[in-house]
Amino acid sequence: MVEVTLWGSLGAIAGGKSRIEVEAKDIRELFRKLAERYPAMEPWIDRGIAVSIDGTIYRDTWSKELPEDAEIFLLPRLAGG
Amino acid sequence: MTIGFDPRYLKRDFASVGTRPLRPDGIDKVTGRARYGADFNMAGQLVGRVLRSPHAHAAIRSIDASAAEKLPGVKAVITAADLPDLTDGDAAMFDILDNCMARKTAFYDGHAVAAVAAIDARTARQALKLIVVDYEVLPHVTDVDAAMQPSAPVLHDHVFTEGVEPKPGKASNVQKRVQYGHGDVDSGFAQADVVIERSFKTEQTHQGYIEPHACVANYSADGNADLWVCTQGHFVYRQHCAQLLGLDASKLRVTSSEIGGGFGGKTHVWAEPIALALSRKAGRPVKLVMTRDEVFRASGPTSATSIDVKIGVRKDGTIVAADATLRYSSGAYGGMWAELGAMTAFACYRLENVRTVGYEVLVNRPKTAPYRAPSAPMAAFAVESVIDELAARLGIDAVELRIKNAAQEGTRSSYGPVYGPIGIGPTLEAAKNHPHMKAPLGENQGRGMACGFWFNFGGQTCTDLNIGMDGTVSLAVGTIDVGGSRASLSLVAAEELGIAYSQVKAVVADTSSLGYNDMTDGSRGTFSSSMATISAARNAIKVLRERAAQMWDIPVDNVIWEGGHAVAVGEKHGNLGKLSLKEIAAESGKTGGPIAGHSELVADGAGVSFATHICDIEVDRETGATRVLRYTVIQDAGKAVHPTYVEGQYQGGAAQGIGWALNEEYIYGKDGRLQNAGFLDYRIPVCSDLPMIDTQILEIPNPNHPYGVRGVGETSIVPPLAAIANAVSNAVGVRMTHIPISPPRILAALDAEAKA
Repeated sequence: MVEVTLWGSLGAIAGGKSRIEVEAKDIRELFRKLAERYPAMEPWIDRGIAVSIDGTIYRDTWSKELPEDAEIFLLPRLAGG
Repeated sequence: MTIGFDPRYLKRDFASVGTRPLRPDGIDKVTGRARYGADFNMAGQLVGRVLRSPHAHAAIRSIDASAAEKLPGVKAVITAADLPDLTDGDAAMFDILDNCMARKTAFYDGHAVAAVAAIDARTARQALKLIVVDYEVLPHVTDVDAAMQPSAPVLHDHVFTEGVEPKPGKASNVQKRVQYGHGDVDSGFAQADVVIERSFKTEQTHQGYIEPHACVANYSADGNADLWVCTQGHFVYRQHCAQLLGLDASKLRVTSSEIGGGFGGKTHVWAEPIALALSRKAGRPVKLVMTRDEVFRASGPTSATSIDVKIGVRKDGTIVAADATLRYSSGAYGGMWAELGAMTAFACYRLENVRTVGYEVLVNRPKTAPYRAPSAPMAAFAVESVIDELAARLGIDAVELRIKNAAQEGTRSSYGPVYGPIGIGPTLEAAKNHPHMKAPLGENQGRGMACGFWFNFGGQTCTDLNIGMDGTVSLAVGTIDVGGSRASLSLVAAEELGIAYSQVKAVVADTSSLGYNDMTDGSRGTFSSSMATISAARNAIKVLRERAAQMWDIPVDNVIWEGGHAVAVGEKHGNLGKLSLKEIAAESGKTGGPIAGHSELVADGAGVSFATHICDIEVDRETGATRVLRYTVIQDAGKAVHPTYVEGQYQGGAAQGIGWALNEEYIYGKDGRLQNAGFLDYRIPVCSDLPMIDTQILEIPNPNHPYGVRGVGETSIVPPLAAIANAVSNAVGVRMTHIPISPPRILAALDAEAKA
């Protein structure tokens, strides 16, 4: 079980919650479980959500494991110049 | 991630990385032989030209192109009807399509409405004049604050503000509201001894790349197509163009040219789908080169902003609360520009109570595109101005106040996550100890300093490393070289293989020769492709060891790679000596064929980046003219692969930021038309405007890269707006709150101060 912090807009989709607990071993499973629990989140996941694990941002490595004691933060996919 | 590749940082001594060899593309670039977008030509190619809206906002009732089509020499005329909507409900792609060619409405001055392909430029221009567009001119709005008013003309009747509950019942120009932060700002402000609250504005600027957008499209009768183009991301251009034209991606080969600057402005397609559609209709190659006027009016400048900042501190300088409201224009289509401003605004600081609210605002201006650390410079300008003012009010040195409140490892960032090892503290300490901070100032001179942050990111990356039979190495990469990455990646390959830099030649491969690569953006080019190059080189070394084992006829486990050689080890084989890469390559035809290493990976784990800038400015109080006397950039690079290029990035970002701070701005008339679409009226700094920009590279390794590399391309543009504003404010004794700080604004501020 990992605790996941959602940024504002995503929290609104999760019924106004900013933190939720999810049983997930990696990013892929996290996104699958989130889409199952909150179907409105699926388009956001398709558009791209970045996952911060202990401060390091992962945009595309869905196989990245989620340590139980890690700080996991969901962020919008960033744009750069 | 390539299986078995470990991206974690490992401290080591470097032989090639960190040296400063001459750039491999230098001679061609200074002698004019380098081929940029407009330098490519094909036999029988036509000239493409685009008809653009003269109105800021207008419904397109009809387009009659019949006269243009009949003009001798015209081979094709296209409108939105020739680019049907194939986006299948993908709203972001539809915006790109609509921006490339207006469908029912022209949303800004310069919005493309039709295009022609003709045998020469003169005929193409004549044809444009023969196209009759029946417009219904609509009310327009170009100012970000005005666009948010309830009475403002609404651009899109389907846009209802995202991020507010309940969902608004009325469409508006506020496309999205976002919020970041933690703690309780109200209780934080209640603890403050001093609170300063100010409002700021910044005007829209352009990336100002020297090379306009240019491409040649060749759409064959068999349904295959080629595109030669100046871009920051040829694989992304392929994806977008293929989707918009209904092509399989594999049937569109995109080859990138040298790039004369991009800075985020060449991450989106504008002319390319038009050129392909013209070529498809004409059955001939079409070359389309934007004029400078078109680049200004119809590519992707940055946001104009309106920002309120409020910060509260205790007498000892501890920040107890920070709050900002940021309104960013995103042009005629939605974006995430205010969101990036909201995320980065307070990222340099350790804050218990922080809140940022961002509003994405639609206006009748071109679709905003990224510009080097997009959105962060404007937010930093507002925040760092207030920090400087607080320091003065408290009587604390400006650097010391920042050091006291600087984020550090373990700090919860203002955008959410907790930081790992970061460099804001070290850049501030370096600034404090820099001779620049102690240099004397004269009359009407002021010194300013400021901090800046950018995330950096990685992404999908694919690289091939091929070893020739003579032992030299060809490196094929898929990230566009915007700042010297071919040299840097050659250094990395040489480092891993243990050979000389001169033995490696890096090229940017076309989209049919390599797997998909994300764009060169987000400061990811050298970070991502160096990781893939290390991985590819290590894979090649596995093959080299196997081939050496064959040549020696011993088990591969008894062969190690050391200093560019296969070395036999173990009691039985230790006397075999060494085989060089060159010797193994020469025998490759007899030991299994060509030797290569390949890598495909997602280069995640980019390290965040911080910088501190110092500048001295002299102000002429009679004319408002300014002169930058001295400028210093201090930034964390993680590891500088090619320090000269890193310094170049630091200097380039500072130079662009200086222009943004002092002169550059889009000026719109009351009619909503751009008044200064050219470099004579849109003033970017030239060499004579700038001092030599000093740099100091700090190296705090990124734990998620084998060499500790962080991105370096963007952070350097974040602090200059604030550093310049602080310097000018200190020089004249008046707080400057509107960028650019041009002579008229300085005179107006001095005049207002005198009257007050």
